[in-house]
Amino acid sequence: MLDLIQSLGAGTLNAVATLGRALLHLIQTVLAIGEPIRKFSLLNQQLFASGVKTLSIILVSGLFVGMVLALQGYNTLVRFGAEESLGVVVAFTLVRELGPVVTGLLFAGRAGSAMTAEIGLMKSTEQLSGLEMMAIDPYRRIFAPRLLAGFIALPLLAAMFSAVGVLGGHLVGVELLGVDAGAYWSQMQSAVSFKADVLNGLIKAVVFGLVVNWIAIFQGADCVPTPEGVASATTGTVVKSSLAVLGLDFLLTAVMFSV
Amino acid sequence: MSDQNTTLVKIRDLHFSRGSKTIFSGLNADIPQGGITTILGPSGTGKTTLLKLIGGQLKPSAGGIEVDGQQVAKLSRRDLYALRKRMGMLFQSGALLTDLNVFDNVAFPLREHTELPESLIHKLVLMRLHAVGLRGARDLMPAELSGGMARRAALARALVMDPMMIMYDEPFTGQDPISLGVLLELISTVNSALGLTSIIVSHDLAEALSISHHVVVISEGKVVEAGTPEQLQNSSSDWVQQFLNGRSDGPVPFQLKAPDYGQDLATTEARLDA
Ligand SMILES: Nc1ncnc2c1ncn2[C@@H]1O[C@H](COP(=O)(O)OP(=O)(O)O)[C@@H](O)[C@H]1O
Ligand SMILES: [Mg+2]
Repeated sequence: MLDLIQSLGAGTLNAVATLGRALLHLIQTVLAIGEPIRKFSLLNQQLFASGVKTLSIILVSGLFVGMVLALQGYNTLVRFGAEESLGVVVAFTLVRELGPVVTGLLFAGRAGSAMTAEIGLMKSTEQLSGLEMMAIDPYRRIFAPRLLAGFIALPLLAAMFSAVGVLGGHLVGVELLGVDAGAYWSQMQSAVSFKADVLNGLIKAVVFGLVVNWIAIFQGADCVPTPEGVASATTGTVVKSSLAVLGLDFLLTAVMFSV
Repeated sequence: MSDQNTTLVKIRDLHFSRGSKTIFSGLNADIPQGGITTILGPSGTGKTTLLKLIGGQLKPSAGGIEVDGQQVAKLSRRDLYALRKRMGMLFQSGALLTDLNVFDNVAFPLREHTELPESLIHKLVLMRLHAVGLRGARDLMPAELSGGMARRAALARALVMDPMMIMYDEPFTGQDPISLGVLLELISTVNSALGLTSIIVSHDLAEALSISHHVVVISEGKVVEAGTPEQLQNSSSDWVQQFLNGRSDGPVPFQLKAPDYGQDLATTEARLDA
């Protein structure tokens, strides 16, 4: 029993210390953000690495999620004779929820884990120390470009996820199940509000963009510089950022849509 | 070896710990300008840590290190970075950037720190690559290099900014005899040709001693012996003699601290019987 309390205490202290280091790391990274803004090539490389390379998985997933939403939505709506509203259901679900959330999860799995592994490897092969000894600040050269690029990429990817999802819904709903095309699009257009739905969805994506990339970069920079350390940091990134995305989604939804 | 009398790096009463583990407790050493100084010590004594303290990547908990008249730990970030541009460091693994080829790795500090035109950078890089014999490897990626080649490429990169001193972390570990010979030759010629100060951290005795002018032996956070290689050979310290001759038992016992052997065996039996 005493052991349990002791290890609980140690665990808590450890978590608080880690959180402190992570915050400090974020602050230092944000302070260095001028560098990738001045030097566009640094940002460009990372936009490609985290954004473009994640695009295909986002587009394919968006399409399938949209198609499934149309199938499920149609089955429910048709019972009430409301299948004309299919476009609204699909668009709401995607723009408000699934677009940002699934994109956040997929981004963490694809780009976030890659980023942690890359930075962890740079740490364990002394590349980060090497940069410092060459009088080059890793915050400016390595961390800030990655944070900024991921922060820009994730909301854009989420928007594309939703757009492709709506098309997937059209494919199944209109082409396959025979919902009227005019009704699908016009009801969607009149029901979905830019401010309440699209903007709130975008805010979610922006928050996820910050948190997922912060976690991924910090996990890499803070890992134990051994092969096992890098491996467990990479797993940690996926687990922690997925939990963060789902937890924050609940909080944000409660604030945005409950009134 | 120009002017052996001036001291480039002064280490005074250095204290440093990692967590609860004390790594240095009052280390004093002088590293003379010009010439090659080797810091010897068993694995885990903190040799790499010492280089990082000299480079200002870590801060001592007490005492200090003076490099070229400047207290490293007290420098502002700007001054520290200015000082680091004048010191090169070779990490054990080479620490080349994995996403750049050899040429771009060597050109990297020039491109980051200077506004030199690309044509001049090209010439400077080729000169350094030629000096380490890797002009033909300029297009290879770090993953395609052998360990010895990676260290030579890293040496070219460290030299490209014309530093006043170079620190080598275990440069001989895991090298085959030929690349070992190449590295020894390189470190020695580079040092005299460019008038550098070289600091080698190592536990490979014979190799390190053969090219160094000054040796510092550390163990358990303190300097055990310092002097020329000849003085070291004649050291009266049992510990130094054990280290130099590689005897398995001596002041450093073969057995780690453990309970009495007979008693230990008996308790095992008792535990199994229970
Ligand atoms: N990042 C670190 N965190 C905690 N302890 C470390 C770290 N790096 C090294 N150490 C410990 O410090 C001691 C000295 O390490 P190091 O300077 O690498 O020794 P050497 O280079 O002489 O083999 C070792 O006991 C090592 O376990
Ligand atoms: Mg070491």
